[in-house]
Amino acid sequence: MSQFQLLGIFDDESGMVGAIKAARQQRLRIVEVYTPYAVHGLDRVLGLKRSRLSLVCVAAGGLGAVLKMWFEIWTAAIDWPVDVGGKPWNSLPAFVPITFEVMVLFAGLATVGAFFMVSRLRPGKKPDLIHPRVTNDRFALLIQETDAAFDVGRVRGLLQSHGAVEVSERLVEEVPA
Amino acid sequence: MADIALSPPLVTGYKNLTDVTEDVCRPMEQRPGAAWWAAFAVAFSMLLAGVVSVTYQIATGIGTWGLNTTVGWAFDITNFVFWIGIGHAGTLISAILFLFRQRWRTGVNRAAEAMTLFAVMCAGIFPVIHMGRPWFGYWIFPYPNFRGSLWINFRSPLAWDAFAISTYFIISATFWYVGLIPDLATVRDRAKPGLRKTLFSIFSLGWDGAYKTWNRYEMVYLLLAGLATPLVVSVHTIVSWDFATAVIPGWHATIFPPYFVAGAIFSGMAMVLTLMIIARKAMGLEAYVNQRHLDVMSKLIITTGSIVGLAYLTEFFIAQYGSNRYEQFVFLNRAAGPFAWAYWTMVSCNVLTPQLLWFRKIRHSWTAVFLITIFVNIGMWFERFVIIVTSLHRDYLPASWASYRPTSVEIATLIGSFGLFFTLFLVFCRVLPVIAMAEIKGVLKHGVHNREAH
Repeated sequence: MSQFQLLGIFDDESGMVGAIKAARQQRLRIVEVYTPYAVHGLDRVLGLKRSRLSLVCVAAGGLGAVLKMWFEIWTAAIDWPVDVGGKPWNSLPAFVPITFEVMVLFAGLATVGAFFMVSRLRPGKKPDLIHPRVTNDRFALLIQETDAAFDVGRVRGLLQSHGAVEVSERLVEEVPA
Repeated sequence: MADIALSPPLVTGYKNLTDVTEDVCRPMEQRPGAAWWAAFAVAFSMLLAGVVSVTYQIATGIGTWGLNTTVGWAFDITNFVFWIGIGHAGTLISAILFLFRQRWRTGVNRAAEAMTLFAVMCAGIFPVIHMGRPWFGYWIFPYPNFRGSLWINFRSPLAWDAFAISTYFIISATFWYVGLIPDLATVRDRAKPGLRKTLFSIFSLGWDGAYKTWNRYEMVYLLLAGLATPLVVSVHTIVSWDFATAVIPGWHATIFPPYFVAGAIFSGMAMVLTLMIIARKAMGLEAYVNQRHLDVMSKLIITTGSIVGLAYLTEFFIAQYGSNRYEQFVFLNRAAGPFAWAYWTMVSCNVLTPQLLWFRKIRHSWTAVFLITIFVNIGMWFERFVIIVTSLHRDYLPASWASYRPTSVEIATLIGSFGLFFTLFLVFCRVLPVIAMAEIKGVLKHGVHNREAH
């Protein structure tokens, strides 16, 4: 089934934020917003949830730390203990620095890796640009028709009243998820 | 006129979003001028001198250095600590100031992070060539081997150092790359079809500016900043432990970690300013790196410089106040012995010169600040030289007292590391956006009032 969408292009952050607020008030379905930079506070306006990537960070960091601590104790105290200046086999305090470094390494790489995965960012991917200047100086707001009560003229008017420099209609084929 | 009390704009010259993209991308899209080629020729020649000297010393052995059995660490380790320290300011600006919500950092963070990466590359060369047989360099990492497996000694600060610096490099590179992705997409979308567009398409990972992605991106950026902050402190702490865990008078001090971290940020901040004062002029980015950056960064230099000065005083005082005769001797010997010239160069460059920045007039003069940063760079190099060489050259046993002077091979290696650093930085200025466009766009309106009715 094809979906009818309205695309409003803004040249200013505040106009777009105003349009989003109005659209949300009127319970219009906002498909996505495209911006050239991370607009401060837009997550709250859009009602987006906090990203759960911090959980990945904590889990990977913890895993790295545990693995490295185990590895250090295993190599130094179990597999081949070597007497270094009469230090105990399991010199726990001396194992802390590397454990910390490995924890940071795991946490950082896993967070970025998970981010690339959930955001579907990968080398060579063809960007699906909604507007050629959206990575430069334009803000795009994409609204989708949800039911018969969707009044194209009124939504168009809403976008324009908040300073949309360009409004266009799109028909997109719904890709089954 | 309530505006007067508010902070000045972060970006001067009433730039809009389009201007930012144009201004930052312009240097990348033009052919380099004569000045760039001249600078590149100099930097590249220095790099070649380094390549020749490193090849020679690896082929011949480190007998080509001025080391002896008493002074076993000297020029190479000085350079290593110097370069690692330079790197730290980049992380301070990109991560620590991000957590402190210092929005002025957006103007300089990209270049400062690039500087971090290049400085860590330069630093990495020295411990490797110091090994004498660098082809066995991988022995520092634990891997299953046919000697037992014989594992590395995890109690050694040198092993900690290898892990700290590798992690630091990988995480800094990751942080830098994540920050670059939106800007790479900006460049991709304005590039004409060709090699540039293809490369930027690959590396921008299909970024399309969707806000869902931005939302996650912000979280990732925050997490990486939160990870990089303790990381950078840990790296120079561990570097200082290379010294502090040894029983050498002048090294064996608990003050070392904070003293080294402050010194690192001090030297790195000076290097950021040295580079940016030239780059902003050469690349026409005066609006983005402006008087305000100069002012704030100068204040950071006074702060960290004063911490370093306090550390010098503290270690001198504690040595004399304590009852360790060897410790007392080492410090008197630093200030009045054969290397007194190096000690006083260090004190005057690091403690006295930055105090000039208390004066607003000096702080607001690009030339004056530039000169002061050069002094700080020199002073911080000498600090490491003083700590390493003066502590070693007078051994416990007077019969083994010795001196040290660098050979031409060592000096060429130092020049080579500067060559590598500047070559990489010059190439960076040509091929990547030196200012974080996506970040500067977000703070464009900070401090700019009455431009439009809200």
